Amino acid sequence: MNNIFKYSVFVIISLVIITGIVLPIPNIPALGDKARVLYFHVPMSWISVVAFVMSLWYAVRYLKTKEITYDIKSFSAAQLGFLFCVLATATGSLWAKFNWGSFWNWDPRQTSIFILLLIYGAYFALRSAIDAEEQRARLSSVYAIIAGITMPFFIFIMPRLVETLHPDPIINNSGKINMDTTMLIIFLTSLLGFTLLFLWVMNLKVRLELLKYRKSLKQA
Amino acid sequence: MKNFLRNVRIIFLKDVRSELRTRYVINSLLMFVLVTISIIRFAIGDEKIEDEILTGLLWISIFFSASGGLARTFVKEEEKETSSALKLSASPTEIFVGKLFFNLVLTFILNFLILILFILITEYNIKNPLLFISVLSLGNIGLVAASTIIAAIISKANSKGTLYPVLSFPVLLPLLLTVINATKLASAGINSAEIMGEIRILVSYTVVVITVSVMLFPFVWED
Repeated sequence: MNNIFKYSVFVIISLVIITGIVLPIPNIPALGDKARVLYFHVPMSWISVVAFVMSLWYAVRYLKTKEITYDIKSFSAAQLGFLFCVLATATGSLWAKFNWGSFWNWDPRQTSIFILLLIYGAYFALRSAIDAEEQRARLSSVYAIIAGITMPFFIFIMPRLVETLHPDPIINNSGKINMDTTMLIIFLTSLLGFTLLFLWVMNLKVRLELLKYRKSLKQA
Repeated sequence: MKNFLRNVRIIFLKDVRSELRTRYVINSLLMFVLVTISIIRFAIGDEKIEDEILTGLLWISIFFSASGGLARTFVKEEEKETSSALKLSASPTEIFVGKLFFNLVLTFILNFLILILFILITEYNIKNPLLFISVLSLGNIGLVAASTIIAAIISKANSKGTLYPVLSFPVLLPLLLTVINATKLASAGINSAEIMGEIRILVSYTVVVITVSVMLFPFVWED
C-alpha cells in the first residue's frame, strides 16, 4: 500500500515538472513564461498553510487528551510546514526578482509569509527552551494556538496597508477561475501531487519521531 | 462570582504590595523609559521630525518598556519559588485575571509617563487628544492581554529573557500594525471611517486574545 502511494507521488510530480516546463502556456500580460512558477509556488504556500492548520489542530487535540502522540504529530506538521514555507518564500522571492525587480520588497504577501516564518521560528525556539517532555508539549501547544488565532487578523489588516502587486488568478475578488484549461489541469495535478508528497513525508516523520520517543523512554 | 472577584482583588493587591516593597519593576522601568527617551532625544538632535515618525518612535519605546515589565509577571513567582503557594491559594483563572489587572495598571502608568516625556522633549503634535488617548488605551489593553499569557509561557522555559520578544512579536504584530496606524491618524487629527475600522480591529483582537488566554491559562499553570 505504502509503496503504491510512494510511486504514484513520484509519477505525478514528475509529470507536473515535465509538462509544467515543456508545454506552452498562453500569453498572460506582464507575466509571460514566468507564470510557470505557479505550478510550484502555489502548492508550496498551500501546504505551508495546511501544515500550520494541522499543527494547530493536533495542538488542540493534545491539550484535550494529553496523549504525547498528538504533540509529536503537531511538532512534525510544524517542521514540515516550516520547510514548505521556506520553499514558498524562496520560489516567490525568485519570481519577484524577475517580475518586480527585487527579491524582497515587503509586498503584503511577503509580509504575511514572513510573519508565518516568524511564528514557526518562535515555536521552535520555545520548544528547544523547555527540557521536560510533557511541559514542552503543553506550553508549545498553547503557544501554537495563541499564534494561530491572531493570524486571521492579517486578512483584515494587510489590505489596509498597501495594495498588493501579487497576481491572483486562483482566488480573485469575483470568485472565478481565470485560467487556461491546460494550465488548470497541470496546476491541480501539481496541487494533488505535492499534497500527497506532504502526507507521505508527514507519515514517515511521525513514525520516526515516535520511534525516537520510544527509544528515549527505554533509555530513561 | 463574588468569591471570584474577591480573589482577583486579593491577587491584584498582593502584586501591588510586593511591587511596592521591592520596587524592582517600577525603579528599573522608570530608568529604562528615561534612557530610551533620552536616546531618542539625542538621536533626533535639533532636527525637525515629522509626527508620523514620532508615532513610530513612541510605539517602539512603549513596546520595549512594556516587554521589560510584563515579562516579569510570572517569572518572579518562579524565581522566588512562590508559585506553588499561589497555586494553592486561588484558581488559575483568578490568578490570571488578577495578574492581568496588575499588568494593566502598570502599563497604563508607564505609558502615560512615556507619553508625557515624549511630548515634553520632542515637538509631538496631537491634533485630536481625546481620540489619541482612547486609541492609546485600547492599544495598551491589547498589548497587556497578549503579553500576560506569553509571560506565563516563558516563566517555565529556560532562557526567559531572550525568549520573550521572540514569542511576543509575531503575536503582537497585528495589534502593533493597527495601533500605530490609528495613533498616526489620531495625532494628525483625522477622524474618519478608517480610524473606526482600526478601533474595531483593536477591540476584536483584545477580546479574542483575552478569551483564548483565559481558556488556555490553566494548561500553562498546571504542573
